[in-house]
Amino acid sequence: MDFKDTPEEAAFREEVRAWLAANGQRRTRADEMFGEGLDEAAKLARAKAWQAKKAAAGYAAITWPREAGGLGGTAMQQVIYQQEEAAYLVPQMIFEVSIGMGLPTVLRWAAPELKARFLRPGLAGEEIWCQLFSEPGAGSDTGAVRTRAVRDGDAWVVNGQKVWTSSAHFGDYGILLARTDWDKPKQEGLTMFIVDLKAPGVEIRPIHQMSGDSEFNEVFFTDVRIPDQYRLGPEGGGWKVMLSTLMQERLSVGGNLPTDLHEHLIELARTCTWDERPAIEDARVRARIADAYLDQQGVALIISRGLTALSKGKTPGPEMSITKLVAAKAMQDISSFAMELAGTEGLLGADALGGDWPYLQRLWLGSPGARIAGGTDEVLRNVIAERVLGLPGEVRTDRNVPFRDLDRA
Amino acid sequence: MNFDFSDDQRLLQDAVRSMLAENSTSQAVREVLEGRATYCAKVWRNLNEMGAATAALPEAYGGAGLGYLELCLVAEEAGRHLAAVPLSSSIYLAAEAVLRAGSEAQKQRWLPGIAQGEVIATAALGGSERYRAPQPLAFDGQRLDGTSPVLLDGAIAQLAILQVGTELILVDLNGPGVKRIALPTVDPTRPLAQIAFTATPAERLATADGAAVARRVLDGAAVLLAFEQVGGAARSLELARDYSLERKAFGRQIGSFQALKHKMADIYTRIELARAHAYYGAWALASDAPELPRAAAAARVAATRAFLFAAEEGIELHGGIGFTWEMDCHLYYRRARHLAQVIGSEHAWRARLADELIKEAA
Ligand SMILES: Cc1cc2nc3c(=O)[nH]c(=O)nc-3n(C[C@H](O)[C@H](O)[C@H](O)COP(=O)(O)OP(=O)(O)OC[C@H]3O[C@@H](n4cnc5c(N)ncnc54)[C@H](O)[C@@H]3O)c2cc1C
Repeated sequence: MDFKDTPEEAAFREEVRAWLAANGQRRTRADEMFGEGLDEAAKLARAKAWQAKKAAAGYAAITWPREAGGLGGTAMQQVIYQQEEAAYLVPQMIFEVSIGMGLPTVLRWAAPELKARFLRPGLAGEEIWCQLFSEPGAGSDTGAVRTRAVRDGDAWVVNGQKVWTSSAHFGDYGILLARTDWDKPKQEGLTMFIVDLKAPGVEIRPIHQMSGDSEFNEVFFTDVRIPDQYRLGPEGGGWKVMLSTLMQERLSVGGNLPTDLHEHLIELARTCTWDERPAIEDARVRARIADAYLDQQGVALIISRGLTALSKGKTPGPEMSITKLVAAKAMQDISSFAMELAGTEGLLGADALGGDWPYLQRLWLGSPGARIAGGTDEVLRNVIAERVLGLPGEVRTDRNVPFRDLDRA
Repeated sequence: MNFDFSDDQRLLQDAVRSMLAENSTSQAVREVLEGRATYCAKVWRNLNEMGAATAALPEAYGGAGLGYLELCLVAEEAGRHLAAVPLSSSIYLAAEAVLRAGSEAQKQRWLPGIAQGEVIATAALGGSERYRAPQPLAFDGQRLDGTSPVLLDGAIAQLAILQVGTELILVDLNGPGVKRIALPTVDPTRPLAQIAFTATPAERLATADGAAVARRVLDGAAVLLAFEQVGGAARSLELARDYSLERKAFGRQIGSFQALKHKMADIYTRIELARAHAYYGAWALASDAPELPRAAAAARVAATRAFLFAAEEGIELHGGIGFTWEMDCHLYYRRARHLAQVIGSEHAWRARLADELIKEAA
């Protein structure tokens, strides 16, 4: 066991450092955000320019084979790149679904000519991908999707509605889970497709979320034609394709918990006073700083274990659900405590306070969503209980019944 | 022993509840949330006309002269319906400070206006956490200079009670040299502001011990805010419970999942513990009992925790839809945070509770 770089890893780190120094822009403040002060369109253009440079250097998908646009590197190299990039002002979230979920699904399931068509522009940020699984009646229960794809010659005609689709308002393509057979049990009648979000019949309506921003959308499909060539995996094999995507998601989430939140708490506690004394001297504040570290570092270390397993050719399994379960709630608790540190003044809007506040309040308003997106806390606990601990599942009445009959019930 | 409210008190509560259900609707609260109004004027007028806001103010000063137990139930309903009105600023804080520390002339001058809802008042009476270096207020016996701490409803108030050293200062905000700075807040339905004073005429409240009065007023406010928190928490739980009966996943009502049943049972348990502490606080407040500091701190801590928990899990229980602007879950999430910090955070109140317990054990 060793956290030091091997000579090869150290050499890779040097390469990455040199490349970042030559191409990137260092953060001047810990909470500085990419594209601050730019409007959405300008920010997106700048993000795409950055992604193009990164892809050209092979850093967009370090672990992917070279012929697919990657670097043929190891999971450790991926981590090293991320560690180094953290000091730079780079776009967050914009390409996350593309790189983390959409493109890996294409890489794994698409026909060779489609890979040739989609992987390079996707990695380079020219095209942005979304994940179209959830529907109004199918969230935790993703198997219940009702969006209908009907075969018509060598194409499919899609009708239905998706919801909570992150980034669709600036997205280009999506992986779409649709029902192609209503006579099979729910999970067996599903098929995955690539869908062009600019195609006729696709309508995207932003959803206003509780923070006041609109980062996710409703997506409506009316007689949208998808060539059969855009099918991912076999007809009726959508569930399996989706699980492979979620496995990717599981590996990338949790990693979203910043590892420096205790530093923000320390900074604030140095500024705040409790009973006329610096809050940093108060044992209760110190305990919470320690707690913040325990969760953040714990998650980071579990991810390191997952990556080590990956580098040995093993696939990290459902136990990686721990990372998101802990990370999302930790974000909520740590940002809440940060606000409480400042008492009544901690209620002021971030704009009035400046400093770390825009960042901390964004976490506070975003954390309830993080506890829901990509599997709710409760669903993750079920995964840990049933798939890791081997406890029996809940009694299910929806398993071996044709979906058509369930839908009627 | 009789540890409950009377039938008459419950009748008043019912009347306030129906009025708020009709007027403090999600739509009305959102007028304030989205900046089209600074408070719900109609709700405020009704609360005053019904004698609900002024339940604890003596009749001699234009109040309803009922008592604190009645005011506690009004507070519970205000919290339940997210009332966007200056109840805590005007009534729990400012009117109480004038009532407890003012001279007869000061009371006659200000309380009737507050009781009629014509004068919105506010107060800053301490609190143990500070973020930005304070800009101390200077009072030379006649004029006030400097910038106030963050004040609830400071942008619309006409009267402010401020603590300068150990003295309580009354300042007419219609006077000269008053500059209001409205500040954005995480719960825009309960707005905050600071006020800058330049040689603004002001006067002392008559009391000799401003710090003791401030402490006493804060204890009362802690009890009343605990009722608002219990009301808000109970409503959050109801919304989640109702949704969990309607929403289906895996072919079942989501409320049939034990994970959600236990979560809701936990929320309920915390609310009922908080409610019990709040009732005890109400008794101590109404009977001016020596137990008030302990009871108030306990009510504040228990109710703060209950509302934060109910509001956080209220979103979680709704899933994705709970994260949208259109659902009211986030109004409770924001209000729970506001109430948790507005007269100082949980930690200070928990410390005060421990102090009281240790003192009593000595
Ligand atoms: C910020 C954000 C971004 C998102 N982005 C995307 C995206 O890009 N693409 C996409 O397809 N989806 C996306 N989603 C959707 C997300 O995956 C779903 O919201 C989530 O899976 C929950 O589904 P639901 O909203 O239908 O809630 P429901 O499934 O209705 O859940 C309601 C409540 O029931 C509980 N529950 C449900 N089933 C069980 C069970 N078996 N046992 C115990 N409790 C249960 C849940 O935990 C929750 O508390 C996003 C969501 C959010 C909040």
